[in-house]
Amino acid sequence: MADTKERKLPAPAVSAETQAYWDAAAKGKLLVRKCTSCGEAHHYPRTICPFCFSDKTEWIEASGKGTIYSYSVMRRAPVPYAMAYVTLAEGPRMVTNIVDCDFDKLKCEQPVKLVFKPTDGGPPLPMFTPA
Amino acid sequence: MSIKGKAYIAGIYEHPTRLAKDISLAQIHAQVAKGALDDAGLSKDDVDGYFCAGDAPGLGPMSMVEYMGLKPRHVDSTDTGGSSYVLHVGHAAEAIAAGKCKVALITLAGRPRAEGMATGTVPRSRGGTPTPDEPFEFPYGPTVVNMYAMCAMRHMHEFGTTAEQLAWIKVAASHHAQYNEHALLRDVVTVEEVVNSPMISDPLHRLDCCVITDGGGAIVVAAPEIAAKLKRPKVKLIGAGEFVKTQMGGKVDLTYSGARFSGAAAFAEAGVKPSDIKYVSIYDSFTITVLMQLEDLGFAEKGKGGKLVADGNLIAGTGKLPFNTDGGGLCSNHPGNRGGLTKVLEAVRQLRGEAHPKVQVKNCDLALAHGTGGSLGLRHGSTTVILERE
Ligand SMILES: [Zn+2]
Repeated sequence: MADTKERKLPAPAVSAETQAYWDAAAKGKLLVRKCTSCGEAHHYPRTICPFCFSDKTEWIEASGKGTIYSYSVMRRAPVPYAMAYVTLAEGPRMVTNIVDCDFDKLKCEQPVKLVFKPTDGGPPLPMFTPA
Repeated sequence: MSIKGKAYIAGIYEHPTRLAKDISLAQIHAQVAKGALDDAGLSKDDVDGYFCAGDAPGLGPMSMVEYMGLKPRHVDSTDTGGSSYVLHVGHAAEAIAAGKCKVALITLAGRPRAEGMATGTVPRSRGGTPTPDEPFEFPYGPTVVNMYAMCAMRHMHEFGTTAEQLAWIKVAASHHAQYNEHALLRDVVTVEEVVNSPMISDPLHRLDCCVITDGGGAIVVAAPEIAAKLKRPKVKLIGAGEFVKTQMGGKVDLTYSGARFSGAAAFAEAGVKPSDIKYVSIYDSFTITVLMQLEDLGFAEKGKGGKLVADGNLIAGTGKLPFNTDGGGLCSNHPGNRGGLTKVLEAVRQLRGEAHPKVQVKNCDLALAHGTGGSLGLRHGSTTVILERE
């Protein structure tokens, strides 16, 4: 069952702390926040590292490659959709959707690549599709 | 300092309703408070500590304190979702041990059915100032059910857990619910009926989900010198633990819950081990919730929970580990979408010997109640209490 019907996606609430993330999304780039003290990348992005609490964090651009950690197809929705956690090549796992595919063929550990989907009046959302 | 033996569950009450069309939220809080105080043999004026969570109308505890005419010298409105009331039992014992109160009242009420709430299947924004996580989650459509479903999907992937094994959890709950006259669902179901019920969010079927009910309940926790004067069987708190598990900055691991830590803390404080426990009340928002918590609490090795719950092993009378003998949230009651309080209630009934005769565990002298609140797949609060009949 392909998701041919379009879902209307609500706009994310943008804050000063995450403005750059959403500005990049508008340009088709996924940013990840990385700590220069402990070297770990995290998600969702914060200015203070949630691992070592250093404030020396910076944006890096993600490769857009990842694998499905887990997923669930929400059948009881006006337009069914695939909720997922994707493990980014950079390390962190992020909440996202898997789109433009046959939901019945999804699997854990399946390779996926980055796409963006428009929202209702806000910046687009990073999502993934089978690679 | 430990809370071991410093407090007793003196009174309990579960509202019999499952649909509260003609009762207000505050009214339910007061009715269950009255019920639990009557059960204990105490009066409103004995209450000097009050505990509630986000289901109580008003700012923290204040509106309900006023409505019920309480005069507490200690209050606590910590909200960890459905596990709040299990946590409150531990916090009440801490307050009692510290001399901050002697009779603590905990109340819960909710009316999601009367209000026509689509509890599990619609994404909800909290409104107001967004939480830091919200922009990175809410637009993607997380619901209660699909986030728990992702835990089940990963558990199946890593450990080979099956839909049939999960179904056994619902089957066991239904065997118990048939004896509970107040249970919303009293029909015994089979594994086939569960796995053939409509898919809600893969791999969770309709019958993997808990009920949506109105109602509530209350618990009275009392100091030892108060409990000693009461006529009810004595149920002593001997261990409590709590933990908040999160996405850990992106190091997400859906295969375990905070029960791993809250359970270990409670067992260490109580000085007992899982094999000593005669009865367990386990939070059952979904079948997968039960399976993961049982593993994390130490009743099965990680990944082997499927074998533990299968073949009727959770059914009182025949199984090795009787659970949720009131029918639990899966069949009986999940008042206000918050199932922790009723977990404590059935554990107390078992320890008192007041469970339904068909499900009463013989010589039940040690029980565990555990709650998971929030979202197992996003962030959740886990709380465990261990109770002993004296
Ligand atoms: Zn760091």
